[in-house]
Amino acid sequence: MIPELGQMSLIIALAISVMLGLIPLYGTFRGNSSYMAFARPASYAQWVFMAFSFGCLVYAFVTDDFSVRYVATTSNSALPLLFKVSAVWGAHEGSLLLWGFILSTWTLAVALFSRSIPAVMLSRVLSVLGLIAVGFFLFLLITSNPFDRIPMQADGRDLNPLLQDVGLAIHPPMLYMGYVGFSVAYAFAVAAMIGGKLDVAWARWARPWTNIAWVFLTIGIALGSWWAYYELGWGGWWFWDPVENASLMPWLVGTALMHSLVITEKRGMFKAWTVLLAVGAFSLSLLGTFLVRSGVLTSVHSFASDPERGLFILVFLLLVIGISLVLFSIRAPKFASNATFELVSRESGLLANNIILVVMACAVLLGTLFPLITDALAIGKISVGPPYFNFIMVPLGVVLAIVMGFGLLMRWKKDSFSRLWGIVWLPLIFALVAAIILPLVFAPEFSGLSLMGLLISSWIAFTALMWVIKQKRSPFKLSGTSWGALLGHIGLAVSFTGITLVSVYNVEKDVRLAPNESYELGGYQFTFLGVKDSQGPNYTAYRGTIDITRDKASVAVLNPEKRTYRIQTMPMTEAGIDAGIFRDLFVALGEPLGSNGAWSLRVQYKPFVRWVWLGAILMGLGGLFAAFDKRYRRLSKKAQTTSQKTSNKEVYA
Amino acid sequence: MSRYLIPLVVFLALVVLLWKGLSLNPREIPSPLVGKPAPAFSLPQLYKEDEKISPEDMKGKVWVLNVWASWCVSCRAEHKVVTNFVKKDGVDVLGLNYKDYGTEEYGDAAKRWLVQFGNPYSKIAVDADGRTGINWGVYGVPESFVVDKKGIIRYKFTGPLNQKNIDEKLVPLITQLRAEEG
Repeated sequence: MIPELGQMSLIIALAISVMLGLIPLYGTFRGNSSYMAFARPASYAQWVFMAFSFGCLVYAFVTDDFSVRYVATTSNSALPLLFKVSAVWGAHEGSLLLWGFILSTWTLAVALFSRSIPAVMLSRVLSVLGLIAVGFFLFLLITSNPFDRIPMQADGRDLNPLLQDVGLAIHPPMLYMGYVGFSVAYAFAVAAMIGGKLDVAWARWARPWTNIAWVFLTIGIALGSWWAYYELGWGGWWFWDPVENASLMPWLVGTALMHSLVITEKRGMFKAWTVLLAVGAFSLSLLGTFLVRSGVLTSVHSFASDPERGLFILVFLLLVIGISLVLFSIRAPKFASNATFELVSRESGLLANNIILVVMACAVLLGTLFPLITDALAIGKISVGPPYFNFIMVPLGVVLAIVMGFGLLMRWKKDSFSRLWGIVWLPLIFALVAAIILPLVFAPEFSGLSLMGLLISSWIAFTALMWVIKQKRSPFKLSGTSWGALLGHIGLAVSFTGITLVSVYNVEKDVRLAPNESYELGGYQFTFLGVKDSQGPNYTAYRGTIDITRDKASVAVLNPEKRTYRIQTMPMTEAGIDAGIFRDLFVALGEPLGSNGAWSLRVQYKPFVRWVWLGAILMGLGGLFAAFDKRYRRLSKKAQTTSQKTSNKEVYA
Repeated sequence: MSRYLIPLVVFLALVVLLWKGLSLNPREIPSPLVGKPAPAFSLPQLYKEDEKISPEDMKGKVWVLNVWASWCVSCRAEHKVVTNFVKKDGVDVLGLNYKDYGTEEYGDAAKRWLVQFGNPYSKIAVDADGRTGINWGVYGVPESFVVDKKGIIRYKFTGPLNQKNIDEKLVPLITQLRAEEG
């Protein structure tokens, strides 16, 4: 009964989204304000029905309703409650329902928090979001209905053991919040193109939404990387896998968009380019979904893929992106601006930032699609791996870092290198000192790569600090945008530091240890105390105990496990990790060797690996500060009071 | 207006590519070698470097050549499936360790990889420079070939083997080949 209600509710949500997509939009052309006023209540209603539908699916999982096909294939009665809930998005159908629910949530948020936006604009934005929802809800109902029934099963086939993890319980919702969040910037862009007018106000409305979506995406990507680090069991944190790339591309373009919105807002320039980036960020999010869901590329992360569904998404892609690009080719020529700027100016800096980020995104796209391209051209299937990506991305990252340092300090319109040198010499010296001193303190050996990595990281961080200091304001009076830029830049510097140091100074050894034998790595003594059998709620495990000491002082006791999940009989390596700000100690169980209780162990010393994710958290915080800058609220208040005044006038007139 | 059409044109080209991609199966590549004798090689073994191994040694048996490398991420995913396949269906799977030059000490990475993930292979041939891979027409790693009793390649699979493919294709094929005369 409950699943049927969920499906019914989904169908109603589809009907509402069709109306939301058509009626207010029609109203904006006819100037009919009651049609336009339909947008807001429709957005609320759409959310209510989607929330109910999603709730029904969660209910089916929690109550082990194995007469629902999707529940029977992805859950099991022995699964802990948390994973029963996260199993809702553990495979295709539920992921899509979550997508749809999140889309309706963003639509709701726009309807609630955009009171300062003129009715025509808001109606168009909500209509565009409604039309996107039509596509997704149709996709759900036609090809991937999560509520399909089958004869009652005795028990479910269980969630993929890889996904039975807290990190993965929250990673997909975060990532989807980011992906789908770019639909708001997209809707703003399309709404502006429909109207044919793109003013500075448009950029101001789109900025906080873009920032928030970007925050979710940043955190989502970091969570995914963190999850891969401890759960896949071999201590890597980025693999240039198609699915990872699918999330990186919208992130890169989204970052470019955040920056180009600044120019459009402050200087009224690059309007067409900004609109194109807004379309691009969401298009790449959709493309990511296509790549993950259609099975055109093989990936370690493809937990659910189906070529037949691919065709639907492709047609959807064609409509969503194709129509917006046609609109772009018609409207963009009008967006030209006659503002000018000199070669050395903040405009140039931001333009360079945009170009580098977009080139990066294109390089990732090319690398990801390369096997497909060579296959379609019938020259065989050639994959490009990490060597290609590192070869392209590292130099581009270095150039980006250099530009980032100058960019913040540059003046609008016209600046000069002689003035800039007068400022940057100080951060440059600090950066040089940091890059030379730091490795001497903790690193076992000198490395050119780490020198360069630390130099660019500290260059980014110190120039950002310099920029804030030069504003000569107390930290409490600094604007949200300034905090955002500061934390964003420093966050990236922290991530770059982590990436550099863990790549250069990572130590990894595979050793054979009998009980009570020990091995030294990175100054730590790893003593293997043996392996015992242990029982989990839905798995059995070998549980090793490793005592770690340093200079005879106890550091940590780690318990890496090798689990076999009962239903899917899949062996899983659960690494034992002692996390620290400056280093992680990582132990994974290999195979039993011989009869005396000896095991092979993979022992790793990973300096600064946490910094990779710590930086992402800082960037996320920066994005939040920027999104909640007071001036957006102040503006909306001002708009409200003016609209009140006008309505008062109407009353008295 | 023309330059504003560029994004649309690029996007349409991408759609054509993706549409073609849908009709292609990323895991199946017809090989001109299917139906031909398995290309000969004589390669050192991973754990016994002075002993050579060649397809000749496998005559009279139905066997599978599984191309893998320690640097290949999808091999990790495939490995569990291959291990199961060897255990359950008792098939002789020969590993071809392909271009495994990840560490200075050659072969080290491959051995460590097997220690971590287990070794289902009956023997492992080491193809350090990738010449044998070229002769066998290896596009990417992992790949698997089914060779019959007469030493003729009967089937080739590109990409990580999955359980569905093993159950539906490999097992029936191997059962049929085993029934054939050697």
